[in-house]
Amino acid sequence: MNRETLVNALLILGLLAAPFAADAMGEPFYVTLATRIAILALAATGLNIALGLGGLVSFGHAAFFGIGGYAAGILATHAFNAEPLLFGLPGTNQMVSIWLAAVAAAGMAALLIGLISLRTSGVYFIMITLAFAQMIYYFAISWPAYGGEDGLSIYVRNAFPGTNTMRPMSFFLIAAGLLLAGLAFFALLRNSRFGAALQAGRQNEIRLAAVGIAPFRIRLVAFVLSAMMTGVAGALFADLNRFVSPSMLSWHMSGELIVLIILGGVGRLAGPLAGAIVYVLFEFALGGVTEHWQLFLGLVLLCVVLFARGGVVGLLAGRARHG
Amino acid sequence: MSLPLFIEQILNGLQFGVMLFLMAAGLTLIFGVMGLINLAHGSLFMVGAFACAAVAAATGSFWLGLAASLAAAAMAGAVIEILVIRRLYERDHLDQVLATFALILIFSEGTRWVFGSFPLYLDIPPLLTGAASLPGGGQYPVYRLAVIAVGIAVALGLYVLIGRTRLGMRIRAGESDREMIGALGVDIGTLYTLVFALGAALAGLAGAMVGALQSVQVGMGEPVLILAFVVIVIGGIGSIKGALLGSILVGLTETLGRFLLPHLFALILPASEAAGMGAALASMLIYILMALILAFRPRGLFAAST
Repeated sequence: MNRETLVNALLILGLLAAPFAADAMGEPFYVTLATRIAILALAATGLNIALGLGGLVSFGHAAFFGIGGYAAGILATHAFNAEPLLFGLPGTNQMVSIWLAAVAAAGMAALLIGLISLRTSGVYFIMITLAFAQMIYYFAISWPAYGGEDGLSIYVRNAFPGTNTMRPMSFFLIAAGLLLAGLAFFALLRNSRFGAALQAGRQNEIRLAAVGIAPFRIRLVAFVLSAMMTGVAGALFADLNRFVSPSMLSWHMSGELIVLIILGGVGRLAGPLAGAIVYVLFEFALGGVTEHWQLFLGLVLLCVVLFARGGVVGLLAGRARHG
Repeated sequence: MSLPLFIEQILNGLQFGVMLFLMAAGLTLIFGVMGLINLAHGSLFMVGAFACAAVAAATGSFWLGLAASLAAAAMAGAVIEILVIRRLYERDHLDQVLATFALILIFSEGTRWVFGSFPLYLDIPPLLTGAASLPGGGQYPVYRLAVIAVGIAVALGLYVLIGRTRLGMRIRAGESDREMIGALGVDIGTLYTLVFALGAALAGLAGAMVGALQSVQVGMGEPVLILAFVVIVIGGIGSIKGALLGSILVGLTETLGRFLLPHLFALILPASEAAGMGAALASMLIYILMALILAFRPRGLFAAST
């Protein structure tokens, strides 16, 4: 077992063990904190497919996160009020259906955004993904049907068969299960032929084209898959807070997702998880001391970018190996 | 809908576009010369607005505040260039995005720490209060006309600076070949700091002028920053001409869209729905415009030939 595998295993075990300990000590708040970590890690793992493997610096993944969130919020609201949604279809409060809807909605949006954005590269790509996310953000703010600027409350957390999701521990296990599935998907994808082509496109686009693989299609598929995973995380996040608002779509959210990956380690399997752990604990620890914690977050981030490249996983497990 | 109202909306669009140009010019200059994507440009806008509001409140003079905003933004720009930005030129865009994102967090929280969360207000200077009459019988605030004039003056000034002066020649040379201009004995480090400070000062100027039209608060630079990104993407990154054209285009589209779309929808929908639908679509209009332009010209209207 090499060092990275060990670090990954320890991070995952740590995330899984901590809530059990907190639950046993009667501290449900920490269970919620761990749930937040798991959900943010899932969202960032989605982004890691595009950013880490494909080198596509999407500065608009909040769009997919928020779309997932709004999918959950809108379906739950319609189910709660017993109003039909579109074409007489009812809403739903079943998490599994909501996840599927979130995946479909985020995937559709990513397909449209990707078709235009992926024609560009470099700085243009960064700014265009940002601009599209802003477009959806402003749409959510000015569209009054689902709360507009005030957001949308989910009165009862959505249901999952065989469990009471209002128990913090149950909801944590659901989120952690999805995170593990997401990580497994990321690992499979990275080691597949598709993943190899995607990473080759990041390293040298011309060579990839020279062996007969068009980078555009590979990237588009990766972008859509990436958005789908972030969309599911968004649906979970909405359920965690039982609230959706345009802030889930804001560009700060996009920045935060990138920050998670950088803090943890770009393109590394457990990078987003490590980043989410550091970020949420940092927010929690400093947020209790000073309301200006973001100032210190900025300073830490600046130091990480300038001096400590490779993030937490890079620090613990050394440079990435190319096997 | 009458003619004066329409003219007023066009002037509003121009004023907004001119303000965007001040932001976009700095961004596009910094990208063109140094190859750097600077998210913290919106923070410099905010610094300008706060400096103007604070100095104007202390001295009672808007003009001193305006001078202070230029100085403060240029200084803040020079300081972050020397401390942080300088290390980012050789890095990839991801690092630049993150480091400047970190700078936004630092600037925003720092400003909140110093000035508190409550917005400040800045009065329009007495010289520019009042309204001018428009052809067709409308009235239009003199201050907004002055903003348009300042924007046009800055555009002309930049044109002369870049096209006709020694400094401009060096800036253009730095754009096309940074090694060569270094080898010819130009101190490229100082040149970069200068360009960055110039861009920052323009952002600060925009912030101060807008500060008198809306409240001065933390985070005020971010919506403008993102619109300025849209502008330079439309115009072609690195092109000042593109930035000017893009700004006017975005300013007019945004303002006229907000004004006209609800009226248009009112023709086919009941009034309450039309207002909501019009507002929602208007807020997306410039992004749709950007998508359309990029679908045909992926590098913008006036892409630099790199």
